[in-house]
Amino acid sequence: MSEITTSGPSDSALEIAAAVRAGERSAVEVVDAHLAQIEAHEPAVHAFNVVMAEQARAAAADIDARVAAGEDPGPLAGVPVALKDNMCTNGVPTTCSSKMLDGWKPPYDATAVERVRAAGAIAIGKTNLDEFAMGSSTENSAFGATKNPHDLNAVPGGSSGGSAAAVAAGFAPLALGSDTGGSIRQPAALCGVVGLKPSYGAVSRYGLIAFASSLDQIGPFTRTVADTAALYDAISGHDGRDSTSIPEPMEATVPHLDDGVAGLRVGIISELFSGELASGFEPEVLAQTRAAADALAAAGATVDEVSVPSTIYGLSAYYLIAPAEASSNLARYDGVRYGHREDGAANTGGMMTASRTAGFGSEVKRRIMLGTYALSAGYYDAFYGKAQRVRTLIINDFDRAYADYDVLLSPTSPCVAFPFGAKSDPLTMYLNDVATIPSNLAGHPAISVPFGAGRDGLPVGVQILAPMLKEADLIRVSAVLENAAQESAA
Amino acid sequence: MSDTIKPAGNSTDDVGVLDADGQPISSTQLGEWSLSSDIPREETTLSGDWEMVIGLEVHAELSTNTKMFSPATNHFGGEPNTNVHPVCLGLPGTLPVVNGKAVELSIRLGLALNCTVQRCVFARKNYFYPDMPKDYQISQYDRPLNINGWLELPSGYRVRVERAHMEEDTGKSTHVGDSGRIHDAGYSLVDYNRAGVPLLEIVSHPDVRGPEEAKAYVAELQQILIATEVSDGKFEEGSLRVDANISVRPAGSSELRTRCEVKNVNSLRSLGRAIQYEAQRHVDLYESGDKPVQETRHWDEEGGRTRPGRSKEQAEDYRYFADPDLVPVDPSPEWIEEIQASLPALPRERRAALVELGATVDAAVIAVDRGLDSLAVGAIEAGADAARVLSHVANNLAVEGAASLDSDRFAELVKMETGGDLTATQAKTVLAELLVSDKSASDIAAALGFEAMDTSELEGLVDRLIADHAEEWDRFVNGDDRERGKMQGFFTGQIMKATKGQADGKVVNQILSARRG
Repeated sequence: MSEITTSGPSDSALEIAAAVRAGERSAVEVVDAHLAQIEAHEPAVHAFNVVMAEQARAAAADIDARVAAGEDPGPLAGVPVALKDNMCTNGVPTTCSSKMLDGWKPPYDATAVERVRAAGAIAIGKTNLDEFAMGSSTENSAFGATKNPHDLNAVPGGSSGGSAAAVAAGFAPLALGSDTGGSIRQPAALCGVVGLKPSYGAVSRYGLIAFASSLDQIGPFTRTVADTAALYDAISGHDGRDSTSIPEPMEATVPHLDDGVAGLRVGIISELFSGELASGFEPEVLAQTRAAADALAAAGATVDEVSVPSTIYGLSAYYLIAPAEASSNLARYDGVRYGHREDGAANTGGMMTASRTAGFGSEVKRRIMLGTYALSAGYYDAFYGKAQRVRTLIINDFDRAYADYDVLLSPTSPCVAFPFGAKSDPLTMYLNDVATIPSNLAGHPAISVPFGAGRDGLPVGVQILAPMLKEADLIRVSAVLENAAQESAA
Repeated sequence: MSDTIKPAGNSTDDVGVLDADGQPISSTQLGEWSLSSDIPREETTLSGDWEMVIGLEVHAELSTNTKMFSPATNHFGGEPNTNVHPVCLGLPGTLPVVNGKAVELSIRLGLALNCTVQRCVFARKNYFYPDMPKDYQISQYDRPLNINGWLELPSGYRVRVERAHMEEDTGKSTHVGDSGRIHDAGYSLVDYNRAGVPLLEIVSHPDVRGPEEAKAYVAELQQILIATEVSDGKFEEGSLRVDANISVRPAGSSELRTRCEVKNVNSLRSLGRAIQYEAQRHVDLYESGDKPVQETRHWDEEGGRTRPGRSKEQAEDYRYFADPDLVPVDPSPEWIEEIQASLPALPRERRAALVELGATVDAAVIAVDRGLDSLAVGAIEAGADAARVLSHVANNLAVEGAASLDSDRFAELVKMETGGDLTATQAKTVLAELLVSDKSASDIAAALGFEAMDTSELEGLVDRLIADHAEEWDRFVNGDDRERGKMQGFFTGQIMKATKGQADGKVVNQILSARRG
């Protein structure tokens, strides 16, 4: 097993920011250290589509100048952040790891990108993903797969595999990913880092290239829970450019890092732990989930199993809703205005067809076809309509569970990082998302926290779920698990 | 159609529209409208025993500063692709945000059309077309903003309005090549200035029975759009566009047969012609044992015919679904009430006000169409004769700036005319001057040296004319009504020529009648 040891920068984002704000470390030096780590290991990992070395150094110099002038550049001052390559960056190529958008440069920044910059963070590169965020292994990238820094023969998970790998490999302390059905939490679990999918509407989607609009949500990857809290606090909040952005003020999570879990009611989702569905999960993953529950109980929480019956229908509903929305969202890539265009067609319609045929990879085409079918006249009620009703059932089930429990617990992924090509059958691959999808369908927040090791010593992630806008509860539980994991490893 | 126009003076409460010389204008020149208790409908203009069934879809561009979902400017014209923004270009990652002003204007029109305003949902209408930046159009499908209204025609007939929903406009393609058509174009250019401009689509029930009724419906809707300041309603700039769904059926039946949607109708006149052509085409098909197929057809103005649109290999399926990027719009009852209270007087109410003052419906239609009804009301209330006021509105005031004419100055002119101080021709000259100067009517008349000829002088002139034109006089005295009318025109014309328009046409007619005995 070949592995990238974290011989590079291992300081947390908050440690770096504190030093930069105090004038003890220069942002330029921080950026250079991370660029050196990237130079050493990026060829093996392939976390990035673009490394923004020059822009990052210029931004770092600016941060240093502001510190020297007595200004405070913000809570993430001088901290490198890797951005999933489906977030628009003004003047910097944004490709969604698709041939379709190869070389396309947006004329604007995504809101989340604006906000991390406003907090003083420094964009260091655009990370690889499954094409248009469709996949669970980053093998669907048109530009080649990303490798898991813990095992270069294994996938990093996906679709935000590049962001997860970048953080795990020490290329950046912070990364942003997007999560439509688990695309932050599953790669976080497989790469042994923290990954948070915020409540739907907590972080603006403006500038996030849409996969499935009603499910997509931007969120942080970090190595520590505290860093996730700080990054979430920096990017969340209302944005008038996104109509689905929640207008109410959002609670800051950093102040809750040390709240502990005494008296907190934790429910283990039985369908994802002891039920038939979980019988296919790796035993080490289930054992670590049990160990995490025990750790929470030891810290004063009450822990029980709770049934959330409709979660077992989540996968089916998701694979109708997400492709349906994608089929419409991806219609605009037609070769007319930007992106890939095939020449030589006899007419405009022919040009569109040829451009889409050549520009999209096979998984994207598969989902466009699924979604087009699901929305077709005569099939709408049987497929898309029914899937939306399942969504309501799942929300109702969660609401019932949350009447008795403050947070829910489950494995994040059925398995640890798997070898490249191991799940070439799409349906086997889709099963990876079974534990993460229900939160997207409900719109609720959920987090994956590293907790011990599984098969072959690879990292295991456990998932904590909470009701809408209860990110602070996810953070306080995660902080307890982080401590417990460190103690048991020590 | 019934005779709605009576000679002026026969009745004090039925003032017809008069021409410059005080003669009635025939009703057919104004369209076939009338006001009566049983509301006569347009008679069929089809061969055989068939009637038309017409539903109208009108697209109106809303008069907002910015686009429906984008901060880009909503402005007609401009260099191609200058009124654009990442959002209305549909660039990856962009999201739509509803323009509140567009919602307000849409509610305004909905209320003016007596609709129920409801919580509504935006839906995506999916189809590939190069002038549509996202390859879907944001529209409304099963939950439109306005439903179940009606529009009352000047005849009093009410056409039911099924819905009036919000959507975004598309861009415009130009096909460069020999034919200007897409099929054999060398290349195509797309201008997205119009893409995302807010539209209101107003859909009627198939309640319209003929071309004139269709024209009346669209004309009335146009008036309402302009009066409520929801849209500038300009056909020529494309801010008003009409599609007609046309079918025919045996007269008196209630069935609904296969319809064709006719597009590319760019004026009221085209609308009437297109409907007549298309309906007759259906009749001809049925009568030859064939039948029409449901399709979209384009009106060819030059050829005076409809042609099939681009051929569809398969049935259209727009795969509508609620747009997940937008949230439902739920107007509060307070907001709706506020908008209702801010509605101006509608054309229907303004016509009624004029009719109340003695105008005919036809005269009121013209005055309101031209936006001259408040001028007319002001002048009549200042004591001017209603018939003369409306005659001037119909004949002499179809000019820029007429609406800003002071009604008291206008009233003075009309009073001078009816008092015999000015002939009709002189009054017309003075009126033209009133529009461009600050002087009073009497000052203008004095400056021009206008004074009416006295009656005895005119009598002498008439007698000489009769002597010189014995044959015409004989036709006037002994001819039928038509002949008499013609000869009356001849003698009046000769007198006007001899007096250089200074004679009073009404007095001339009185003298002619007296001489005829």
